Amino acid sequence: MTSADLVEIVFHGRGGQGAVTAANLLVAAALKDGNKGVQAFPFFGAERRGAPVRAFARISHDEIHLRSEVYTPDIVIVLDESIMDIVDVLKGLKKNGKILINTRAKPGEFDFSKKFIVATVDATGVALKHDILIGGMPVVNTPILGAVPKILNRVTLKSIQGIVRSKWKGELAEQNVKATQNAYDAVVVKS
Amino acid sequence: MSEVMIDTGNYIAAKAAVLCKPDVVAAYPITPQTTLVEGIAKYLATGEYKGEYICVESEHSAMAACIGASATGVRTFTGTSSHGLLLMHEMLHWASLARLPVIMCNINRVVGPGWNIWADENDSISQRDTGWIQFYCSSNQEIFDTVIQSFKLGEHEKISLPVMISYNAFILSHTSMPVYLTDQKDVDAFLPKRKPKWKLDPDNPITFGNIILPAEYEKVRFDMQKSHEYAKKLIPEISKEWKQRFGRYHGDLLEFYKCDGADYILLSMGAIGAESKVAVDNLRKEGLKVGLARVRCFRPFPREEIQKLSKKAGLIVIDRNISPGMEGALFTEVKASLYGYTDAKVYGFIAGLGGKDVPFGDIEKMCKKVVNSKAKHLEWFGLKGV
Repeated sequence: MTSADLVEIVFHGRGGQGAVTAANLLVAAALKDGNKGVQAFPFFGAERRGAPVRAFARISHDEIHLRSEVYTPDIVIVLDESIMDIVDVLKGLKKNGKILINTRAKPGEFDFSKKFIVATVDATGVALKHDILIGGMPVVNTPILGAVPKILNRVTLKSIQGIVRSKWKGELAEQNVKATQNAYDAVVVKS
Repeated sequence: MSEVMIDTGNYIAAKAAVLCKPDVVAAYPITPQTTLVEGIAKYLATGEYKGEYICVESEHSAMAACIGASATGVRTFTGTSSHGLLLMHEMLHWASLARLPVIMCNINRVVGPGWNIWADENDSISQRDTGWIQFYCSSNQEIFDTVIQSFKLGEHEKISLPVMISYNAFILSHTSMPVYLTDQKDVDAFLPKRKPKWKLDPDNPITFGNIILPAEYEKVRFDMQKSHEYAKKLIPEISKEWKQRFGRYHGDLLEFYKCDGADYILLSMGAIGAESKVAVDNLRKEGLKVGLARVRCFRPFPREEIQKLSKKAGLIVIDRNISPGMEGALFTEVKASLYGYTDAKVYGFIAGLGGKDVPFGDIEKMCKKVVNSKAKHLEWFGLKGV
């Protein structure tokens, strides 16, 4: 039992995709939007490029005393669709919980869309379109953050874009800002 | 309104340390401390840190370099973890017996083998008798505030002791949380320049650390004990001043949370100390009168305050450490404090060793076992398959 005001989020991705950075950027934006208590942390383990990784975020209006892992998230964010074959991303997701997936598929194509609120966005496509690449690989963490305000009213696109501009400079920042806008416009939410 | 920085415990500690303008930082990287010294290196590169940064070849050398620098009368800082701390062991005694106020963050990590990088307090608990003042933090804000407060405490003329600020691996070292910063001019106003009683100076040559006879050495130890006792008075004064200046307060030697009218009071440290607040909230909602006394300062030990608690309530102790062949160190210290004072019941739990997560639900279960008279004197909570 914790505060009803608290939102807990689990990010699933692969090492190198920036799940931890996504969690950090999201809570920094949430703080700007007036959520006084925020936390972002990685799954505490050895990280390997390409291996499944998790990151966690908590957003609250009050100071957060929790120091344990997130076991029953309100929101799950999947950066890499293929993770879902090997990781039970729905584990612990609350009743009426939300899941945002980086995929070309529509929400209705997932059989769990009857049980949970599913949102989909082709974040990989958005990253490729805006040339957001590291070592030739699309980086999906900033694009997918643009879709989050559509499923979580505690954080605004404006704040997310502000944090992106404070983290990156010049053209790179603007590419990422455009990507967040694209993902915001493109995300499909089915409740 | 002061600036808010959102970052991990390690980067927050680096920020706090640099604001205190140490003349010398000497450090060697070790997981999960690495980003702390990286943070200081970054401030060196940007010019925000203007002192000497000595890259050494081991933690023993890191502490030796801090001792050497501190002996010349300047301000010093370092950070380490687990095996790094243990490699410093000899030098930890040296710093405290030489009465050199080296300030150090220790990121509490498991001692191997088996190899494990997660949170466990056995590293710093095993350094209990080195003479260092020991704090255990439970939030990034507390890390920031305690690092700055520790310079004032350790360098105080009646203390002259090194201070270790411990916080749990990853749970704090790698978790981002918002922290209210203190401006440079406010830190400067709070923290006076170090005024050492003696220092190594080529213009005024002295020796230090020469042989002394038994009766004199005994006085050295007695004086150290007196300083620890004095620190029990000074820590609350510094916390009070900090609160008056900046409005932030994390407790004195203990932080009390919902202890009014409690039948049982939980004692825990570090990250479990923060998680315990959630457990206490939930237990109170169920009508169970449980409060929390989070142990911020383990050395000096808050004996008198724990005695007072025992007059009002039974005590429940959670240790994320074990002294093999005995029990958790906090459990031992709490019971020792009460000898001849009360016959209060005290129950101990070992939990979270090896970085095992200790969620609030588990803390509630431990407390309920005690409240429902089902607890043994000591239990390894949640231990399976043995």
